[in-house]
Amino acid sequence: MRMSGLYRAVAGSSFRRYATYRVATAAGVFTNTVFGFFMSYTFIALWDQRPGLGGYDQAQALTFVWVGQGLLAATAVMGGGFREELQERIRTGEISIDLYRPVDLQLWWLAVDLGRSAFQLLGRGIVPVVVGGLIFELALPTDPLRWLLFGCALALGLLVAFALNYLVALMAFWLMDGNGLNMVSNLLGMFCSGMVMPLTVFPEGLGTVLQWLPWAALLQVPADVLLGRYAGGGAFAVLLFPLLWAVALLLLGRLVQAAATRRVVVQGG
Amino acid sequence: MVKVLDGLRGYGLIVGMWFRSTLAYRASFLLTTLGNAITSWLEFAGILIIFSHVDQLGGFSVGEVALMYATASCSLGLADLFLGNMDQLGARVRDGSVDTMLIRPVPLFAQVAADRFVLRRVGRIVQGLLVLGWALAQLRPGWSVLEYALLAGVIVCGAAIFGALWALGGAFQFWAQDAAQVQNSVTYGGNRLLQYPPTIYGTELVRGVTYVVPLAFVNWVPLLRLLDRDDPLGLPGWVDFLSPLVAVVMCALTALLWRVGVRSYRSTGS
Repeated sequence: MRMSGLYRAVAGSSFRRYATYRVATAAGVFTNTVFGFFMSYTFIALWDQRPGLGGYDQAQALTFVWVGQGLLAATAVMGGGFREELQERIRTGEISIDLYRPVDLQLWWLAVDLGRSAFQLLGRGIVPVVVGGLIFELALPTDPLRWLLFGCALALGLLVAFALNYLVALMAFWLMDGNGLNMVSNLLGMFCSGMVMPLTVFPEGLGTVLQWLPWAALLQVPADVLLGRYAGGGAFAVLLFPLLWAVALLLLGRLVQAAATRRVVVQGG
Repeated sequence: MVKVLDGLRGYGLIVGMWFRSTLAYRASFLLTTLGNAITSWLEFAGILIIFSHVDQLGGFSVGEVALMYATASCSLGLADLFLGNMDQLGARVRDGSVDTMLIRPVPLFAQVAADRFVLRRVGRIVQGLLVLGWALAQLRPGWSVLEYALLAGVIVCGAAIFGALWALGGAFQFWAQDAAQVQNSVTYGGNRLLQYPPTIYGTELVRGVTYVVPLAFVNWVPLLRLLDRDDPLGLPGWVDFLSPLVAVVMCALTALLWRVGVRSYRSTGS
């Protein structure tokens, strides 16, 4: 089998694996929808008093909430992706088997994660946004080009999400138990991506800094592209932001991987 | 009575075991404790960011919202510390390891509650108490001892209601192992709901969490009385003191459903 075909097969089987957990998917959709409701009411109360806060009108702010809930599972911003699995393989030493397989470790897990996020985008992303759109007035665009750009921003955002999680997972080579780091990473992900609140609403200095950090690529940038915050050429230019972060973080992942695998000691016997 | 004491002793032993095992990975233990404390602070930071743009939300000041946040946080923290791992029961049902638990001489409930006990969850309670102190300093209510006692009662009853919901979710996993997420929407979701005043939500939603899933009794109902606010549903005044009764009824219902759940457990059979 050619190498590209192999990774496609890995991604495909990862997609099917997540597709088998039907009850879990339905339960996840339910939870995302409930949280979407609670957040929407808070945002309505806030935007009623401060229309145009953060550069969004109320419908745009609500769209931000529901798109965020729709992307929560796909970006694995609160965990639930491949990260815990890889950490467990590192902790138990099974990683040594993975390392002598004739495949690239990073690309293998990238394929696994893309398969998962593709499923969760469909299985857990669409329903909350539709429910949100039925109950509240959202600002979803009709322009197909805007959706296309959103798709590109989202795809790059998912790459950044993978690259960040991969770095966190590799730390298990040094820490063994990943729980602590996972928690800190989930926290940064939730807060710095805009899942808690759009970054433009943050106090000015902090908000500006956060908009330059890689987590902004997970929600803030795709949502802004969808909401039409960037006009004309700017909508293409903004895609450079997640692209550059994805390249930088994936390369960093390779460096850390090289350093980490030099540490692996396989017990004989 | 002897059985209850036995259960508590077993719970204590298992908790001690898990505590020692978390200390085996010290760096991770420190990071998780730190992470737990920061997570709770970030939630509160969200509230402060909102109040940096407005003076009041739904007619409530930052001190009043902080009081709601703090009571919800303390109640959830207590329930989470003692029963938080109920949501992992589904995984144990799926892989059949409940079998092993059933033949041990400790009640199943105590074992499941203590399973993978993590002390770092104390972080949320401590943070809730700090915010509580801050909220009271902001509000400076002229309360008597009785009203402070009522506030303490709110937290305890709230913890009992959250705990019952957690255990109820656990019992439900005997039938639907993958549905752990649904229970998050009433526990963590309920916490998110109760951090903000009821006036910002639609009446239908407030009705739902009063009559169907009685989350409103965790803090909203008694706090509105303490803060001298009108009840958005216009319930009679004596309802404000019903939280203990709601907690008892919820716990009784949970005990019943837990027994039904355990009885319906069939092993994986492999």
